[in-house]
Amino acid sequence: MPDNELKLPLLDQLEEGPWPSFVKDLKEQAARRPQVGQLLEQLEQSYENRWDYWRGTAINVPGYGGGIIARYSDLGEKFPQVAQFHTIRVIESPGFVYSADALRQLCDISEEYGAGIMQLHGMTGDILLLGYDNEKMMDACEALMDNGWDLGGSGNGMRTIPCCIGPARCEMACYDTLMLTKYLTDKYIGYLHRPEFPYKFKFKLSGCGNDCANSVSRSDMPVIGTWRDDIQVDQEAVTRFVKEMGQEWVIGNVTSRCPTRCIHLNGDQIEIDNRNCVRCMHCINVMHLALAPGKDRGATLLIGGKRTVRSGDMVASVLVPFQKLDSDGAYRAFSGIVERIWDFWGEHGNEHERVGEFIDRVGLGTFLDGVGLEPDPQMVANPRSNPFIKFEEYAAPRLDGEPHKAANVLNREPDREEDYEGEQP
Amino acid sequence: MATEVERKTDIGPPSYEQFLHPIIKENYGKWKYHNNLGPGVLEHVGETGSIFTVRVSSPRLVSTNFLNMIMDLADKYSDGYFRFTSRNNIEFLLANKDNIEPLKQEVEANGLLVGGTNNAISNIVHTQGWVHCHSAATDASGLVKSVMDELAEYFTSEKLPAKLRVAVACCLNMCGAVHASDIAILGVHRTPPKIDNQTLPNLCEIPTTVASCPNNAIRPTSIEGKTTVKVDEDKCMYCGNCYTVCPAMPLADPLNDGVSIWVGGKICNARSEPMFTKLAIPYLPNNPPRWPEVTSAVKKIVEIYADNAKPYERVGEWINRIGWPRFFDMSGIEFTKYHLDDFRHAGTTYRRSLHNRY
Repeated sequence: MPDNELKLPLLDQLEEGPWPSFVKDLKEQAARRPQVGQLLEQLEQSYENRWDYWRGTAINVPGYGGGIIARYSDLGEKFPQVAQFHTIRVIESPGFVYSADALRQLCDISEEYGAGIMQLHGMTGDILLLGYDNEKMMDACEALMDNGWDLGGSGNGMRTIPCCIGPARCEMACYDTLMLTKYLTDKYIGYLHRPEFPYKFKFKLSGCGNDCANSVSRSDMPVIGTWRDDIQVDQEAVTRFVKEMGQEWVIGNVTSRCPTRCIHLNGDQIEIDNRNCVRCMHCINVMHLALAPGKDRGATLLIGGKRTVRSGDMVASVLVPFQKLDSDGAYRAFSGIVERIWDFWGEHGNEHERVGEFIDRVGLGTFLDGVGLEPDPQMVANPRSNPFIKFEEYAAPRLDGEPHKAANVLNREPDREEDYEGEQP
Repeated sequence: MATEVERKTDIGPPSYEQFLHPIIKENYGKWKYHNNLGPGVLEHVGETGSIFTVRVSSPRLVSTNFLNMIMDLADKYSDGYFRFTSRNNIEFLLANKDNIEPLKQEVEANGLLVGGTNNAISNIVHTQGWVHCHSAATDASGLVKSVMDELAEYFTSEKLPAKLRVAVACCLNMCGAVHASDIAILGVHRTPPKIDNQTLPNLCEIPTTVASCPNNAIRPTSIEGKTTVKVDEDKCMYCGNCYTVCPAMPLADPLNDGVSIWVGGKICNARSEPMFTKLAIPYLPNNPPRWPEVTSAVKKIVEIYADNAKPYERVGEWINRIGWPRFFDMSGIEFTKYHLDDFRHAGTTYRRSLHNRY
């Protein structure tokens, strides 16, 4: 269907304005790909009626338990070209770096089998290739895999891992986010392709506390770069900076904005009380010509970030305050923690219970016991303020007969008679 | 008898080394510092040289036509190397400083904007909306386009007090993870799902549907001898979780669905801890194709923030300093009982101090 036959009075209004218009782009594509025209026509109808015409279901490529987001149109009779309009999730290149030739390959596959439209990137980090019917989807997946592109995650498994640009183009990176992304994805590719967890599990990897991968709020296990030793200071660069900006500006915008007031300007020199530095990144961000993270670098591992559904918002909390990530041994230690989390949550988590919700239910103490980590004051904003402590020498067994160690009195599982066998007075 | 197919499988991510510019490869992990060369342009200085970044707007949902244009520009100016950011901008990675200006000109001639770095509004991260999602209360691509048309001057300049991150999610599932952005635009359903008792018994698994509800509002029931479900409408909070597992319970409601506005979220650890977004406007009408109520509300919040926050103060930090009463006062947004939390941990949002402000 040629472009000029599309009647899109509402969508046409989105062609104007300074921001690039997806409508303009898709209309041009529709001249070559009729399904894109019908996609726009259905969208026009959504705009007119404020109604969503898509239905989701599950389709899988043989051997894979995820990676396809199936969409069927309720208006399939009117718009047969989009009756089946599935999305293929493709694992992105870590750091979202590409060469033109590599992306051309994806474009060719997208043109040959699908609608020739894609999203770069999805919220999971995947490249989303749109517009495949049941048959072409299989062919497209074959073509992708033949060219070295793999399907991304969906459903109750490990999801595709995105990361920040890290050491590829950032002086703040405290560990190699790209390498760890590749390592984790390769190592656990089975958990990504064949979901077997209670619910989804997302890693997101950021090289420093600026958290450009948005990991703390959007992933079950954020890995965020940090350091343990002193901030590196180039005093000559500090002097130049103070001369350029003025003492008052530096005090107003750098030292007085330090959350622990651990940085001071002494004339045109910076003094830092590193024992009280919380590695927030503010002074380094502002004075990046003069300050840099320390040399003893690694990452903080956090646990349990997610959005609203089901039990409300969760920002992840600290699980391992400092983990080195600079050697095979460090990678193995990190993997060990990950696997113990999956074992414990996999065994005791309810269906559709994210790991953060699971911890909320059983208590962080029980969780730490389960994954073999010791409580650490770095894990909490403050200790408990209520006195309802279940001292474990008096606690009933729970979680399938395991001793009840760190109880959470509000969220206890229901008592079961067999737990008390032989102990009743 | 199934036919056996031989196929490469479990490939994992492509090896990123092949996509790194030679200068990046040489300086991988050895970057010394960076310079800001104006809106949308950065220079990262490594041990053996500099790489120049030109950041460009993208609608995220793009055709191969669009990408071909980008890749041709990359071949011409950045040796074929480019990347995407977490917020869906495109970044060309240039070895030659002299290519920055011609690239910018050609980018702009193609209808794209250069910007989004430092104290700017970056691209809006967003969801699929009516283009491809089953549970959307509103569109995402059109809403983003409408809002960014209004805010484009803040993308191409660095005149804000700090960086400002905007996100759009088209329903409460929040695939857009808008709960930690400076300004969040969130599609909302406001009425319970409508059950199609004719198709539900054939289409949906009853136990899964019952279990999908966070508030235990769904119960099995029998109508004319068929097992279906009923919804306790008092308990329903319109999350759409049930519709995801049971397509016979559509939640969409053209008259009552709408858009809410949230403010003050933050992910970065600089100065203050990460923060959730908080409710600013509980409901605005869903008015495609341009959503004038939403765009003007967002623009107003951006403008009062731009005029009043101190340097490096994110929206949430600014509001914490001036206090919520002043925010509602300055923005002219009405404070209603819907702003009072009544879900889990609601009590943590009530004020315990006598820190009144007048």
